[in-house]
Amino acid sequence: MTPSDLPLWAAWTIVAVVVFGSLLALTGSVGLVVLKRFYERVHAPTLGATLGMASIVVASAMFWSMTEGRLALQDLLIGIFLTVTTPVTMILLARAAVYRDRVEGDDDVPPE
Amino acid sequence: MIRALLPHPLLALGLFATWLLLSGSISAGDVLLALVAALAIPQVMRGLEPDRSGVRSPGAVLRLASYFAVDVVRSNYAVATIILGRRKRQRVSGFIHVPLDLGNRYGLAVLAIIVTSTPGTLWVQYDRPSGRLLLHVLDLVEEQDWIDLIKGRYERLLLEIFP
Repeated sequence: MTPSDLPLWAAWTIVAVVVFGSLLALTGSVGLVVLKRFYERVHAPTLGATLGMASIVVASAMFWSMTEGRLALQDLLIGIFLTVTTPVTMILLARAAVYRDRVEGDDDVPPE
Repeated sequence: MIRALLPHPLLALGLFATWLLLSGSISAGDVLLALVAALAIPQVMRGLEPDRSGVRSPGAVLRLASYFAVDVVRSNYAVATIILGRRKRQRVSGFIHVPLDLGNRYGLAVLAIIVTSTPGTLWVQYDRPSGRLLLHVLDLVEEQDWIDLIKGRYERLLLEIFP
């Protein structure tokens, strides 16, 4: 089956899931602008990295499974790898920020 | 004998499945390559001398996975409403300390992934001697509620899985 042979209901389902995931990622990016402090901002991109990413990956697996006529699951690996690696970046950023604020004597950050 | 061949059975199984998923086929050649990878790579891991993982209680693993899935969806919604400003009351974000009983490295790694991957909570620092975890919470209503959530919902299951 080529992409143009996809039944209409399947195409719309896949589109809806992709758009939902992209809107979540967009909301996360908006959060980077809207939220004011560093520690609040780190929370925002998690939207795109979790449910947003999951929706897009599921839609991609659905698309390839239907066009190739077999269960195409390799996209799910993207989900696993992203889930395992994103927190490493987040935690490193948070540690760096906490270190900086403690050195500068920021009262909001609890002492060691 | 079996220990020499498979020092980390779960790792070998994971590598085998990942290899087959990446190649996207289960032809004899791919299965053979996957087997080679699954047997060879854990031998390299020996040099790193990781702790043995010893995962117990598959039921608890499933329950943890389902809690995680539900909480990710729920907190995605919560954080999205905060960002889009559909929240009238004053919001306070801040740091909290959570005293952890969990000491297993793998358990802590899984908890770090869960806490950080759920929007609204961020793992900041874990102090091994005191077992105290510093978290940042975006919507901090009641400190004790968050401590109960981490300890009651996740840590209890992780203690079952990694005793």
